[in-house]
Amino acid sequence: MNASTTTTHSVPSAEACLSLQDVSISYGYGKNVAVNHVFMEIPKGKVTAFIGPSGCGKSTVLRALNRMNDLIEGCSLKGRVLFDGQDLYDRRVDPVEVRRRIGMVFQKPNPFPKSIYENIAFGARINGYRGDMDELVESSLRKAALWDEAKDKLKESGFSLSGGQQQRLCIARTIAVQPEVILMDEPCSALDPISTLKIEETMHELKKTFTIVIVTHNMQQATRVSDLTGFFNVTSLPDMDGKVGCLEEFGETERIFNSPVQQSTQDYVSGRFG
Amino acid sequence: MDSQARPASNSVNRSLHRKPNLPRNRWNVIFTGLAAFFAATVVLPLVLVLAYVVIKGASMMSLTLLSELPPSPGMTGGGIGNAILGTLIVSLIAALIAIPVGVGGGIYLAEYSKGGAFASFVRFGTNVLSGVPSIICGVFVYGLIVATRIFFDQSYSAMAGGIALSVLMLPTIIKTTDEGLKLVPQELRWGAIGVGASKFITITRITLPTAFKPIATGIVLSIARAAGETAPLIFTALFSPFWPEGLFSPIASMSVLIYNFAIMPYDVQIALAWATSFVLVMMILVMNIFARYVGSLNRI
Amino acid sequence: MIEDTKADLFRLRRRPLTEKLTDQSFRLLAIILASLVGLILAAILITVLVGSRSAMSAYGLGFLTTSNWNPVTNEYGAFTAIYGTVVTSTLSLLIAVPLGVGTAIFLTENFIPTKGRQIIGMMVELLAAIPSVVLGLWAIFVMEPFLRPLLNSLHDTLGWLPFFSTQPEGPGMAPAILILVVMILPIITAIARDSLLQVPIELRQAAYGIGTTRWGAIFQVILPAGISGITGGVMLALGRAMGETMAVTMIIGNSNNFSLSLLAPGNTIASMLANQFGEADGNQVSSLMYAAFVLMLLTLIINVLAQWIVRRLSLRYT
Repeated sequence: MNASTTTTHSVPSAEACLSLQDVSISYGYGKNVAVNHVFMEIPKGKVTAFIGPSGCGKSTVLRALNRMNDLIEGCSLKGRVLFDGQDLYDRRVDPVEVRRRIGMVFQKPNPFPKSIYENIAFGARINGYRGDMDELVESSLRKAALWDEAKDKLKESGFSLSGGQQQRLCIARTIAVQPEVILMDEPCSALDPISTLKIEETMHELKKTFTIVIVTHNMQQATRVSDLTGFFNVTSLPDMDGKVGCLEEFGETERIFNSPVQQSTQDYVSGRFG
Repeated sequence: MDSQARPASNSVNRSLHRKPNLPRNRWNVIFTGLAAFFAATVVLPLVLVLAYVVIKGASMMSLTLLSELPPSPGMTGGGIGNAILGTLIVSLIAALIAIPVGVGGGIYLAEYSKGGAFASFVRFGTNVLSGVPSIICGVFVYGLIVATRIFFDQSYSAMAGGIALSVLMLPTIIKTTDEGLKLVPQELRWGAIGVGASKFITITRITLPTAFKPIATGIVLSIARAAGETAPLIFTALFSPFWPEGLFSPIASMSVLIYNFAIMPYDVQIALAWATSFVLVMMILVMNIFARYVGSLNRI
Repeated sequence: MIEDTKADLFRLRRRPLTEKLTDQSFRLLAIILASLVGLILAAILITVLVGSRSAMSAYGLGFLTTSNWNPVTNEYGAFTAIYGTVVTSTLSLLIAVPLGVGTAIFLTENFIPTKGRQIIGMMVELLAAIPSVVLGLWAIFVMEPFLRPLLNSLHDTLGWLPFFSTQPEGPGMAPAILILVVMILPIITAIARDSLLQVPIELRQAAYGIGTTRWGAIFQVILPAGISGITGGVMLALGRAMGETMAVTMIIGNSNNFSLSLLAPGNTIASMLANQFGEADGNQVSSLMYAAFVLMLLTLIINVLAQWIVRRLSLRYT
């Protein structure tokens, strides 16, 4: 791991992995603006959390980072998202290749209707993996802290696992393709507290290897797992109908929770609204 | 009723016991009886038809019947071997054409279309096509293929019959594929795309296998239906008293045999029509049961 | 990046051209296969129209209102067949709708245990699976002989009505109508059952909650809520009845002589096609194509109307 990223007081701009420059995202062919004018530098090898009230556009921004929003009809993005210095929304960029390097874990556990082994091998195969598949499956399951529970039933369906185990299977599936970044969209919202704890432990393990961006509703979770936090808020624009999300404040998690600059951040993290 | 409407003054009217003589309760009994009678009337024809097909057909079952050619008018003996084989061949041709086209069209509707005008047009066209009478399919293939002698200067042929049946099967297969794929949770597609799968891989490796059950069920049912169809065949595949001579010659089929023999004045032929009905109905019932079995399969 | 060596194991991290091409051509293939539906529809319409061109120019709209059908004198008019098509399908619908909807109610309300309902439901579905030609065979040799005395007494008592004015002599419109009832019952029952099952449970509970009787709830709440699906199913059945060929051809008698009587032999467009198309030539083929065009138009209108009704009514009730 790079030495500079391990310093706890690094400014967000150092060693940027993903860089959002004036990003605005809208749905319905530009009719409904979901989030406006986001500037953000997500550093390498760190856990970055997005928090904020419902409808603030934090999930939308997350899904923009590996072009999952392409799947939604009429969703468009203005501005630039740089990854490794390349604009992800450049005409020549292949979104499938983007997703091979920036993986995603979803809100609801979504294992494939295949065996546990095949769930993990699937992604590796389509990425042209030519190493030892058994070894890869084992190491991925170990990193996702699922190996001990799953090693005796690798041939069984992914659905035979509990909800928390399924989510860790999905994490293992994402790890197996060795992306550079893992995006997590409220990965624990459908899980019980014990499963949540296990997944948080997994994340501590993962941040040694991957850059992680996580959207969460749970502020304790953000303080527990993240190095940096972005607070998104909803504002009503005077000249437009409806509400628009924006990035209110972005910085180190400790600072955001203990001494935020913005009053709205203070109100949110202290539980006064949202 | 009017005594009930008044404020209850005596204990009889306040009783919660059911009063069978109230008009509303009498009407209920009458309507319930009527509904039961209707249900029995609907089921009755199935029982009667099956009973007659079994009584008149099953007794004739023998190896000769299943393996020999039909007798000439006025002669006795013989079988329906060529018609059984012909039905299998024509249905196979129809399935080989309709399955790829139908599944492909269904994949377009469910996976690629984004609710635009073209997709609505295809959906509308599928509905219209499924409402086109089967005899019109026959007329169409007659005009397109038989009359024009497009295949090696042959007019009536097994191929023409198969094509006519495939037109009939197509809308069912498109619809079941479309609906089957729509039952696949969106999250599963995201999962595949999230690990870097292309659309092609996502469809062929994740969504299609997941929707296998409903699609396979629909396909088996549509083949079963096509196997019993007669109208599209009578002037495309025609009939032949001989064994099949190739894909581009007229061919016998069980359904056309039943139609032809039923209106002949010979008892032998009429008896063969019943025997053929028995074989055909059993084949179709087995396929229906098989489709149900496929639908109940538990896949990983 | 971290663990560069491991990332190198993924040979396809960058997508090769072949993979992108497969992706693109699969999409293109799906689009082409989907557009085949439209192409086939157009081809059917064109084939039938081109085939009927000479009959259209020879007989014009008079084809629809005259009932001569004479290959010897080369005179053709399809009125008998059109009349037969409309009369058999409408009358069979009139009988089948109460039977089918009644059965659907019986199958969706808890009159009998679930097991029994499932068995009846399965039998209705199997009835739909029986080939039309087998029903035709059954109609010729079982149903019609059984019905003959009944139809005879109908003629004897109501013979003064034009609809029963002829002596039943075997095949005819009446047995054709009854076999059509058997054929469209499964569609009506299945669709009516599905639409009744989709009526939200809250609606039933609300009806029972204010003290309605079971049949009060059925007539005033459940049937009105399911009406869009039922109407659509009835229309689909009407289209099916109009185009139904084999069983009708085998039992209707295939007579081109016009008669108002339901006990007399008659014809439908579909039965006329099945019966004559194979041996026809010249103007007769063209006239049959013309008749086929009329049948296609009729079923098309019915089907489009069915879709329209379902969409319109379902807006009101959901």
